[in-house]
Amino acid sequence: MISLLSTLLNGLSLGSVYAIIALGYTMVYGIAKMLNFAHGDVIMIGAYISFSAILYWNVPPILGFLLAMLVCTVLGIVIERLAYKPLRQATSLAVLITAIGISYLLQNGAQLIWGANTKAFPTMVSLPNATLFGGSITISNNTISLLGDQLKISGNMLVTILACVVIMVALTLFINKTKMGKAMRCVSEDKGAAELMGVDVNKTISLTFAIGSALAAVAGVLLCTSYPVLQPTTGAMPGIKAFTAAVFGGIGSIPGAMVGGILLGIIEKLGQTYVSDQLGDAFAFAVLIIVLLVKPTGLMGKKVHEKV
Amino acid sequence: MSLLKVDDIHVYYGAIHAIKGVSFEVNEGEIVTLIGANGAGKSTTLNTVAGLLKPRSGLITFDGKPLNNVPAAKTVSLGMALCPEGRRIFQQMTVKENLEMGGYTRPAKEVPASIEEMFERFPRLKEREKQIAGTLSGGEQQMLAIARAMMSKPRLLMLDEPSMGLAPILVEQIFDIIKELHAAGVTILLIEQNAQAALSVADRAYVMETGNITMEGPADELLHNDDVRKAYLGD
Repeated sequence: MISLLSTLLNGLSLGSVYAIIALGYTMVYGIAKMLNFAHGDVIMIGAYISFSAILYWNVPPILGFLLAMLVCTVLGIVIERLAYKPLRQATSLAVLITAIGISYLLQNGAQLIWGANTKAFPTMVSLPNATLFGGSITISNNTISLLGDQLKISGNMLVTILACVVIMVALTLFINKTKMGKAMRCVSEDKGAAELMGVDVNKTISLTFAIGSALAAVAGVLLCTSYPVLQPTTGAMPGIKAFTAAVFGGIGSIPGAMVGGILLGIIEKLGQTYVSDQLGDAFAFAVLIIVLLVKPTGLMGKKVHEKV
Repeated sequence: MSLLKVDDIHVYYGAIHAIKGVSFEVNEGEIVTLIGANGAGKSTTLNTVAGLLKPRSGLITFDGKPLNNVPAAKTVSLGMALCPEGRRIFQQMTVKENLEMGGYTRPAKEVPASIEEMFERFPRLKEREKQIAGTLSGGEQQMLAIARAMMSKPRLLMLDEPSMGLAPILVEQIFDIIKELHAAGVTILLIEQNAQAALSVADRAYVMETGNITMEGPADELLHNDDVRKAYLGD
């Protein structure tokens, strides 16, 4: 029972990272109708930036994290402007190939700057040691122990899950309540009609890339705090998994990306714990295939309803 | 003084010469209609005026200012609104959100009052305020599309086939709305396949055929013109 609970928590934490990455995929897909396969590598750049800031420039972790967000936001806007915008009218295959090209460019660029060796990512989260509720909860060594020391939650896990919750709430409010968020929904539904309302479509697409890339930076830092091995290909696998999560939840749907990401993380951890340590990924992808067979639009994919 | 003046515009879709030198004007306070068969280039003309398409040559002026290089998103704040063919309301948003988007270019504090005005004019929309727009009936969707276009307080309202696909009783309602909006001082450029109804409300009319304007004149004159009656009114 405790082991199941602990597996679920681990899955929730991993799934939170997938969800944050998947949000970037799904938002860009929803607005620009393209799969930005370089998204995973923006994660890696974000992680390297905060790594460099903290270890080389001795910046406090929180500032290193904010710097990574800033750099990735700019990077996302620049990538869109230089690589994807000129292809707005091109076939989707051309855009896809460009995205894969950008992905390699970022990986090789990172290798050039930081080298191919793996780097140990620094600790970002430090919890104070404490004993609460007469010893039923103790915090030491950056780990919270509950239920008489049987259930352990690391500070990283806690921060990851909290960050994911904050991002989900903030993004949902932004999309549904703000003028810019509503403009994004319009562009995603009908670019021409959005233009007729006076919405600047190019600016909206830039904004989407900016938000997606800032989220990628957050995901990169969170991922590397939990799995502190950093190398130029760090973003590739989580990127693919988050893309899977976005499809799983229904690509283009923001709640879908959240649910898809979290479920994928939990399924992967359950598979690792109860089926086979090596087959966690295979298990997760098998579930994806089954879901898509039953519901091709994904869990929360939009049905296009038309009425004449 | 004409509010909108279109002077000899040519529009291409790739190699296809869709609009071959079309000229017309709309004066302040008028209802002008472009009638013609399917594929004559009526929608293309309207989309070009709204900035969604670029003319290869020719001049479009609105209120004396050239419009040729103004993108669609900017024409709204100049005082033009296009209610596009097929309505193109935002299906996944609520009725109220659709109206809010119509007022996108206006100061945020003026928008709620305008929405209330639209609800007064279209009580059905008020009843369906929080409903997802895609679930509205065809007639309600058309009302929403017109109300959404009116949210920008346009001086020129362009309506592209507002009666398309609607039952006769609803067509009548839509034309009543057009008359009401006109009475309230809005200049209207109307495209219709329903030539009878369009000519009945309009002041002046242009007939389009395969990318050209072939006839023009006061609407009631065209309504009684034999050629027009034969070609477009089913006589």
